[in-house]
Amino acid sequence: MTIAAATHRTSMGLDSRKMAFWAFIGSECLLFGSLISTYLVYKGRSVVGPYPHDILNIPFTSVSTFDLLMSSLMMVLALAAVQRGDLKWAKVWLVATALLGIFFLSGQVYEFTSFVREGLTLQTNLFGATFFVLTGTHGAHVTVGVVWLLTLWVRALQGQLTAANAVTVEICGLYWHFVDVIWIVIFTVVYLIQ
Amino acid sequence: MSRLKRLMSWLTTTDHKRIGLLYFYTAFVFFLVGGLEALFIRAQLAQPDGHVVSAETFNQLFTMHGTTMVFLALMPLTASFFNYIVPLQIGARDVAFPRLNAFSYWVFVLGALLMNASWFTGPLFHAGRLNVAPDAGWFGYANLTSRQYSPGPNIDFWLLGLQILGVSSLAAGFNFIVTILNLRAPGMKMMRLPVFSWMTLVTSFLIITAFPVITVALVLLMFDRFFGTHFYLTSAGGDPVLWQHLFWIFGHPEVYILILPAMGIVSEVLPTFARKPLFGYTVVVYSGVLIGFMGWGVWSHHMFSVGLGPIADSVFSATTMLIAVPTGVKIFNWLATLWGGQLRFTTAMLFAIGFIALFTIGGLSGVTHASPPADLQQTDTYYVVAHIHYVLFGGTIFGLFAGMYYWWPKMTGRLLSETLGKWHFALVFVGMNLAFFPMHLIGLLGMPRRIYTYSPDLGVSTLNLVSTIGAFLIGVGVLVFIWNVWRTRTRGQTAGNDPWGGATLEWTISSPPPVHNFDVIPTVASRLPRWTKTQLKAIPEGAKLAEIHVPGGSIWPLVTALGLPVLALAPLSHRLPFAFVGATIILLGIFRWAFEPFEA
Amino acid sequence: MTECWDSSTFDAVSRDRRWLLPLLCAAGAACGGPFPQSSLRPRSDFAGAIDRLFTDIFWWAVLVFILVEGLLLFIIVRYRYREGAPTPKPTHGHTLLEIAWTLAPALILVFIAVPTMRTIFATQTDSPAGALRVEVVAHQWWWEYRYPELGVVTANELHLPAGRTVALALTSADVIHSFWAPGLGGKRDVIPGRTNRLVLRPDSVDTLLGQCAEFCGASHANMRLRVMVEAEPAFQAWVGRQQAGAASVAKGSLAEQGQQAFRRYGCVGCHTMGTMSTAIIGPNLTHLGSRMTIAGGLFPNDSVHLTRWIADPPAEKPGSIMPNMHVPAGDLAALIAYLRTMR
Repeated sequence: MTIAAATHRTSMGLDSRKMAFWAFIGSECLLFGSLISTYLVYKGRSVVGPYPHDILNIPFTSVSTFDLLMSSLMMVLALAAVQRGDLKWAKVWLVATALLGIFFLSGQVYEFTSFVREGLTLQTNLFGATFFVLTGTHGAHVTVGVVWLLTLWVRALQGQLTAANAVTVEICGLYWHFVDVIWIVIFTVVYLIQ
Repeated sequence: MSRLKRLMSWLTTTDHKRIGLLYFYTAFVFFLVGGLEALFIRAQLAQPDGHVVSAETFNQLFTMHGTTMVFLALMPLTASFFNYIVPLQIGARDVAFPRLNAFSYWVFVLGALLMNASWFTGPLFHAGRLNVAPDAGWFGYANLTSRQYSPGPNIDFWLLGLQILGVSSLAAGFNFIVTILNLRAPGMKMMRLPVFSWMTLVTSFLIITAFPVITVALVLLMFDRFFGTHFYLTSAGGDPVLWQHLFWIFGHPEVYILILPAMGIVSEVLPTFARKPLFGYTVVVYSGVLIGFMGWGVWSHHMFSVGLGPIADSVFSATTMLIAVPTGVKIFNWLATLWGGQLRFTTAMLFAIGFIALFTIGGLSGVTHASPPADLQQTDTYYVVAHIHYVLFGGTIFGLFAGMYYWWPKMTGRLLSETLGKWHFALVFVGMNLAFFPMHLIGLLGMPRRIYTYSPDLGVSTLNLVSTIGAFLIGVGVLVFIWNVWRTRTRGQTAGNDPWGGATLEWTISSPPPVHNFDVIPTVASRLPRWTKTQLKAIPEGAKLAEIHVPGGSIWPLVTALGLPVLALAPLSHRLPFAFVGATIILLGIFRWAFEPFEA
Repeated sequence: MTECWDSSTFDAVSRDRRWLLPLLCAAGAACGGPFPQSSLRPRSDFAGAIDRLFTDIFWWAVLVFILVEGLLLFIIVRYRYREGAPTPKPTHGHTLLEIAWTLAPALILVFIAVPTMRTIFATQTDSPAGALRVEVVAHQWWWEYRYPELGVVTANELHLPAGRTVALALTSADVIHSFWAPGLGGKRDVIPGRTNRLVLRPDSVDTLLGQCAEFCGASHANMRLRVMVEAEPAFQAWVGRQQAGAASVAKGSLAEQGQQAFRRYGCVGCHTMGTMSTAIIGPNLTHLGSRMTIAGGLFPNDSVHLTRWIADPPAEKPGSIMPNMHVPAGDLAALIAYLRTMR
């Protein structure tokens, strides 16, 4: 898709797109790092409720977390299928990953709406502001990932996803795993350590 | 070629050289805009109780002067050299992602235009005045930027413009990291990389790590202003100092983003005109890397007056002093490079030497405010204004001018006039010292910065007048440069491949280089391939050259970039449909871009 | 304030920096006055400590400056291109030299760092018992000073006794400001939601100028202040005058009409005035007549400036929160007469 291949060799022996993506992930770490730091700095400084322990539903979010973890597994299977040229299973695993992503997003939509119903909005207090901005940013990342996965799935349906361009799936996988790992951190910081 | 076709070829170009030129001319225009703003500021301050502009306009002028110079002039000027020179120096056909490169450029232009539109769009916001430019300083301290204290669209322009510009810088950062790490010619090991390319790499790493932080700071501000959150507002337990931390965690690496490329240029120019290799190449490279790392641990030295307590003050004071060591080491290595050389004082060399002389002054005044107690008298006064201008004007801009004279023949095929160049140098050098040296004293005598008027009682009127005269002298110098560029178009001496006897790869090819840069990718066996003749493999007689792929152009980077300012119009105008239009444009752009048969 | 300019100019640059004198004189600036806002004219223990530290660092900087720029000049002259000279020897580096010029600046920095740390801890101490407490509240764009133990509230002009330790507690009513009177010492930001502290002991009787040092909006430039450091008896006398109630106005006088106007035009909505009103949005005006300046230290406190100010505050001070109350000329004159009475 990009020009990197034009020189047909790279100095580090790593595909340029993959390298760029690793750099991108490094950059994203700083983005989420800043958001998580903001959350931590403002933890316990809300002057009115609802406070985290009033409202966070750990069992529910544990299911979401498990769901996202499983989607990472699907992603691994999808990449393996593409790499060995198994288009049939690639389609299955890709759409499974995307569906688990959509399930996670639905969970988040449900969580957000129920919080709003219970009186926690962006404007309510610092917890609301930091919580919604942090988890919302993550949700936006998941959304992008789902669109990406579905795009790859359509490509697979069109029969255009071959072992030769498995690297496109690999990069999408890097992104997906990264988003997953970030969620583990958010889950720990926001939900588990209250 | 018809005019339309020619225009389209520029709008769709993915050639790093053309993008480099686009960056250069655009950024130079903004350099002039920022300079004009500076001249208005100086005109107002030429005497006490000045009445050239109103308080509101003055506040917009100094805010936009800082923002413009940092984000719209200096960074993109360095980007212009990253684009044009780095692929040539490392022996590559282009950057790793040519279309992403075009995208960076278009996002930069559109973001810059959006932000500067604030100068003329007051009536659209029923502001009762023409200019509603950002007016809370380039550092935009919360909570002055909150809706309560800044109700107009001024700050909205600023925070939306900066977010867009951040996208441009980030994309360029990824691109150059991969280009330098991955597209080096055979034999171009990391420790054979020209120092300018090395500094580009370090700068790119700083960009991709620093910009996410300011993005978060700006997003939180955006939420405060548009969605009623209280991130920076004390009313709900928030703390405006959070902004300062986030801003300076970005802001200090940003200083190195501005200075390291200039240091790289100087490290190229000095050896060429001293006819000696750079002294202590390894040390210069590592100290650059070290400065990049250490730049992350000093941010609170911008906040000594906040009252963070004696422990924090001491720690950040110590780290700040430490960073002076690798900086000093660089200066000594440059001096040692010159030592024993045969110095030819071309304009490029004069600017490079001027860099050493002036940056040293900036560095030394920097050490005086690395000491928190001393800084408490200096911060937010003209003393600091003097310091940053010695670093960013005497440093970065002198480095950039050195680069312009040095690489102009490579970029255009013609040499800039040396006679005009020397006038340019002399005027800017004298003007700069006249403008900025007195500011040390003005600050110590008690004049704060960012004030549109001052009392004659302060006793700094004459010094201010001198400073203003100096500023206008710089203006004259820049006019000489523009004249020089203009006449060089037609009357400049033809350059040939290598007018200076440079050592690096860019001088092996014609000026300007062909679209594909190198007929044959060179194989490198030394740090200074042109000075060690045997170190560049000759092409065997009659060798059959492999077919060279040159990617065609693409309009999709421009289209995708267009989506961003459209998206920004939504919060700016409080009209949601813009958000949908913008998002659609971006999505369309990305998909067409991704599935474009680019290599064919 | 009555010092002749030459001795105060010496003050301004203090003994170690006499070399600045010719520079100042050449610029003509020295002839302009005694630099009342100079940071080089310390008038407290805090400012003195900073001044000594800065002087130390300054001389180190001068030393390095002379070395580096001298070397650069020497190299430029000595190694300039000469026709027919042999090609320079291509030296690539020298390990010992590298170590030397890494250690040398590091060593100098130690000499700077040690007194720096010492000064940091010496100047950020807790306030001793018996210190005079003053609460400084920054507003867009004026300063409020409260002396809680003395029951005094005033604006823009800070009165301090010489020789007594003062503990300033700094808070903001709106945005971030920075309290800076260079003669008293370094600036300290005034941040909403926080209370910052400055502890210092003014050491000589003087009038010092200062102003807000953190950009705080349209009239940041107009947020000025004065510090009157007085001998203890003079300070006590001032306190006594401030503690007294509002001056009374003679029946049937112009001032009495002014008093009614003060109420009628809503001035009482923002300003404290004796027992008549206790509003705290604007400065306390009970003893306005005793102050030297008005409008955030911007104008001298006389009838002309007072009239101009009340007639149209935003025109005199951009962004002023005090609005134009459209007071007709007759009432304006009465208001001025009244305010001038309030000493």
